[in-house]
Amino acid sequence: MAVNDTTLPNANVELSPEDFRKIGVDEKQAEVIQRESLSAWQDAWLRLRKNKLAMASLVVLVLIILAAIIGPFISKFNYYSNDLLNTNQPPSKEHWFGTDDLGRDMFVRTWMGARISLIVGLAAALIDLMIGVIYGGIMGFFGGRVDAIMNKFSEILYSIPYMLVTILLLVVFEPSIGTIILALTITGWINMSWIVRGEIMQLKNREYVLASRSMGAGSNRLLFRHLLPNAVGPIIVTLTLSVPNAIFSEAFLSFLGLGVQAPVASLGSMINDALTGWMYYPWRMLFPAILISLTMLAFNIFGDGLRDALDPKLK
Amino acid sequence: MVRYVANKFFYMLVSLFILISATFFLMKAIPGDPFMSEKKVPPEIQARLMEQYGLDKPVYQQYFKYLGDIATGDFGISMKHQNQEVTGIILQTFSASLKIGLIAIVISVFIGVLLGMLAALYHRKLIDNVAMILAVLGIAVPSFVLASLIQFVFGEKLGWFNVMGFDGPLDYVLPVAALAAQPIAFIARLTRSSMLEVLHADYIKTAKAKGLNWFTIMFRHVIRNGILPVVTYIGPMTANIITGSVVIEQIFSIGGIGKVFVECITNRDYTMIMGVTIFYGILLMLARFITDIVYVLVDPRIKLTGGKEG
Amino acid sequence: MRRKTLLTLLTLLLVAGTVLAGCGSKKEGEGSGSSKENTAAAKEQVLHINLSAEPPTFDPAQAQDSQAHTVLNMMYEGLVRLDENSKPIPGVAEKWEISSDGLKYVFHLRKDAKWSNGDPVTAKDFVFAWQRVLDPNTTPAPPYAYQLYYIKGAEDFNGKKTTDFSTVGVKATDDNTLEVTLNNPTPYFLGLTSFYTFYPVHQSVKDNAKWSADPKTMITNGPFTLTTWTTGQKIEVSKNANYWDNKDIKLNKITMSLSNSGATELSSYRSGQLDFAGMPNGEIPTDQMPAVKKELKDELDLKAVGSIYYYQFNVTAKPFDNAKIRKAFTMSINRQDIVDKVTQSEEKPAFGFVPPGIAGAKDEFRTEHKDDFFTENMDEAKKMLQEGMQEEGYTTLPPVTLIYNSSDKHKKIALAVADMWKTNLGVDVKTENQEWGVFLKNRRSLNYQIARAGWSPDYNDPMTFFDLWTSKSGNNDVGFKNPDYDALIKDAYSSADNNKRMEDFTKAENILIKDQQVLMPIYYYTNVALLKPNLKGVLIDYAGGVDFTRAYFE
Repeated sequence: MAVNDTTLPNANVELSPEDFRKIGVDEKQAEVIQRESLSAWQDAWLRLRKNKLAMASLVVLVLIILAAIIGPFISKFNYYSNDLLNTNQPPSKEHWFGTDDLGRDMFVRTWMGARISLIVGLAAALIDLMIGVIYGGIMGFFGGRVDAIMNKFSEILYSIPYMLVTILLLVVFEPSIGTIILALTITGWINMSWIVRGEIMQLKNREYVLASRSMGAGSNRLLFRHLLPNAVGPIIVTLTLSVPNAIFSEAFLSFLGLGVQAPVASLGSMINDALTGWMYYPWRMLFPAILISLTMLAFNIFGDGLRDALDPKLK
Repeated sequence: MVRYVANKFFYMLVSLFILISATFFLMKAIPGDPFMSEKKVPPEIQARLMEQYGLDKPVYQQYFKYLGDIATGDFGISMKHQNQEVTGIILQTFSASLKIGLIAIVISVFIGVLLGMLAALYHRKLIDNVAMILAVLGIAVPSFVLASLIQFVFGEKLGWFNVMGFDGPLDYVLPVAALAAQPIAFIARLTRSSMLEVLHADYIKTAKAKGLNWFTIMFRHVIRNGILPVVTYIGPMTANIITGSVVIEQIFSIGGIGKVFVECITNRDYTMIMGVTIFYGILLMLARFITDIVYVLVDPRIKLTGGKEG
Repeated sequence: MRRKTLLTLLTLLLVAGTVLAGCGSKKEGEGSGSSKENTAAAKEQVLHINLSAEPPTFDPAQAQDSQAHTVLNMMYEGLVRLDENSKPIPGVAEKWEISSDGLKYVFHLRKDAKWSNGDPVTAKDFVFAWQRVLDPNTTPAPPYAYQLYYIKGAEDFNGKKTTDFSTVGVKATDDNTLEVTLNNPTPYFLGLTSFYTFYPVHQSVKDNAKWSADPKTMITNGPFTLTTWTTGQKIEVSKNANYWDNKDIKLNKITMSLSNSGATELSSYRSGQLDFAGMPNGEIPTDQMPAVKKELKDELDLKAVGSIYYYQFNVTAKPFDNAKIRKAFTMSINRQDIVDKVTQSEEKPAFGFVPPGIAGAKDEFRTEHKDDFFTENMDEAKKMLQEGMQEEGYTTLPPVTLIYNSSDKHKKIALAVADMWKTNLGVDVKTENQEWGVFLKNRRSLNYQIARAGWSPDYNDPMTFFDLWTSKSGNNDVGFKNPDYDALIKDAYSSADNNKRMEDFTKAENILIKDQQVLMPIYYYTNVALLKPNLKGVLIDYAGGVDFTRAYFE
């Protein structure tokens, strides 16, 4: 600061005795929180924003979703028309990602595949969430015999050969994406329910729950107002991780020949198609594999970031 | 303790019974029979086969007969692999899956914990990043891509290993590597986050303040507490891995139980399907049971009380 | 901080140690790499092949898959065996006489034929084996018992109409003479006795139901015996010292791996782990065919075989109850494109139902009677479709679904064909992949419109392609019923005049393909196999069966 500056704003100020009044310490003001009050969500968001990797993953995810929506419209090709004169062509000006064994455009197919994989993954994850939260919530909340029986039931369901269930579903229902999602969710929710159960069991002996209970709150209120909202962190993390799990499970079904119906493709079924000849036509494997790995990666890192952000202990 | 175990055992039997019933009727609901083939067998021979295997009877009769058989420990003869006992096939193929699985588990725990520890110790340093990139890759690459990749590179191109088969100790390398990739990644991440938590815990700070030797702190406190979550993860992971990976067993042509299970479903080999399902069910329940016991031994806060939660 | 570095060093050392240990043992492995050097292979004479599916059983009476065919052919020998032109040559029988009416066969067995345990192979062993196949009390019931129905009284005995085996036309007049009486003159019966259901079985098996599951109790009469069988993993046969012709057997051992992945099989072949890859026991992935044709040109063996790949119409389901619509669909695809661009194995486009290589009156049936029952013509097809739709009163075609069973190749062909229908006919056809058992069930119960199918011959005669479409045939899963057709086949069954039989078959094919277009032929198979350059003497027969018994390494 220039000390000898004559244009200091306070240089000519007239001081009066009033200006030297004692202000003392205002006891009431000490209790006031100066920082703007933040909800748990805002707090988590602030922390998440600081996590560069997690934010990058979020951006990548948004980009992939956008591309899966728009991608197929950019190209003049569609995902099902064959061109037997141009099979297995490497990437070119015409076909940006090359062509496959029937001369279909890989660019369109890759984004269509991403679309199907994301739909399958998101839908399966959401259904898992709904069933898992309700089932797990009831198990954890009521405990005792109810819990024991419901827990055993989920354990048994978990042991039933998954392939049998899927084949039967494909026989009973039209083979479609809906059937695949159903097949994935029939045992997929169990993991979620176990996690919710564990959380609820921990939470329900906390003081605030006891307080609410002693004030006469009903089961519904306890479960939906107090317990579930507080278990939301682990639930959301499990949710972000179950999307890629569902995508992989669909890929595994494709490997067994029970996946989506051709010519519709998922990223998993495209990789599976390319598996026998990728040494000669690497682009057929490369683009869907990169995309599926990128999706897995982004969901995983974002899920991790979310866990850190939602866990107040890890500030 | 005895009451606890007895109680658990009773529940296991009940679950097993429900599992058997559900699978039996599910299996019968699927079209097809063990004797189908592209060229159809004449109807009278088909009828004779169905009769000889008791498949001509109503499903509920078959069900009660099966329950009676397994109650006496008779799992029957495979309907596809005639003259071979179901238990014999299961034991033989399981031993292949078990060998590969156990090696993969040991290796993944070893490497996974190491990577995780390094990453935690060098938190936000280069080593941490490299270790975590490796870990995330292990999770992000589908196992059938990884398996066929290493098969091509190390088997076909470099010729270091056999492309397929299961004869010598070298034949273990590629399948074990493909099988261990995912658990390594998972364990590394698990170890890292729990070690980080422990490193910042108050008792570690206290120990440091007391001037305890660094090695003592590391081995007595940090590692011991840091790998606890890994220990609990090993239970379900073991059950998962030793039941055989269809993908790995198919690609490397290993006569394991995962591959056999898929084949017996395709063949509608009813006795085999039931046998493997029961076997898997018992394995899974045992794994959960042992995990429960281990929990109790490790964490004294959990008490053993029958069906009620503590 | 220094301690931290120490720990890091420690772990790095451990990691390096594991890696190095791995490297060290790798080197040992290279030496034992099998059959890489030709001279070593010639010295050892050990053949490595792959079976894409494990044979469920090695009991000749129970077997019914092509993998068992390959292995049983190594371990057993029937009355005759097939030479490189698929002609019957002496096997256990050193000579035979056929009566002039073609009904009676007398086989003279060689005296030096022995079982692997040294016992002589007698005519009684054949009677025992055939009776075992036909006995309705044999458990499990031999699925191929009907292959013996050509023998007089066999069907009645198997169908429990009589319990007296002496009514069946097979007798051992002495240890070395077998007399067989047939129902009808059956020109292909001699060749049929090389099939595994006709193999002799050692009489000790009566007392041990599980004999065929254990190498120790397998007694065989062929060039090789079973030495190892690890379920799901490996099968191994070794040279049988007691085989009568073992001076002509050069291989000491054949080891069979059990990989169901074509990519793995080919990769193993390339790395030298296998000496033979591809059909009939495996498949070379179509994606790799161009590379294989280029890189392994000299090792690739493409041989036309007598099997056909086709689509079938359910003639009871709309819209395919109309012949014109069936014709329109058949005419509007480009078969040459499918074999050139999709399957890529130089298969021959099919315009009939009997493949080349199947015996006719004198030459091959297909040489004597051309397969020109329809042509590919897109304009004609569109006209046909319009006419058909008018006949049925459709303004738009009902939705059409094509079903196929899960397989890479079937999927590609289905997609290519559906796309051709879309382009050439303007019809949208949905393709549906079904799990094997579900697919078979739907096809059997006529619960489909168009379905994938394939047929390979049971014996070397056009009959094997025609008797399945008679109205009583259990394999007729298209709902086709035609009295004229049935009459022709019946006539061919009872006729001894081969020229007349072939005429009947041509007329039958005319009805089946040209008039009614019940089937949509796509291509005649080629057997695609890879053989190491120094592997000689592998025989592929007319049906694509493979015979490794006289193979050897130079």
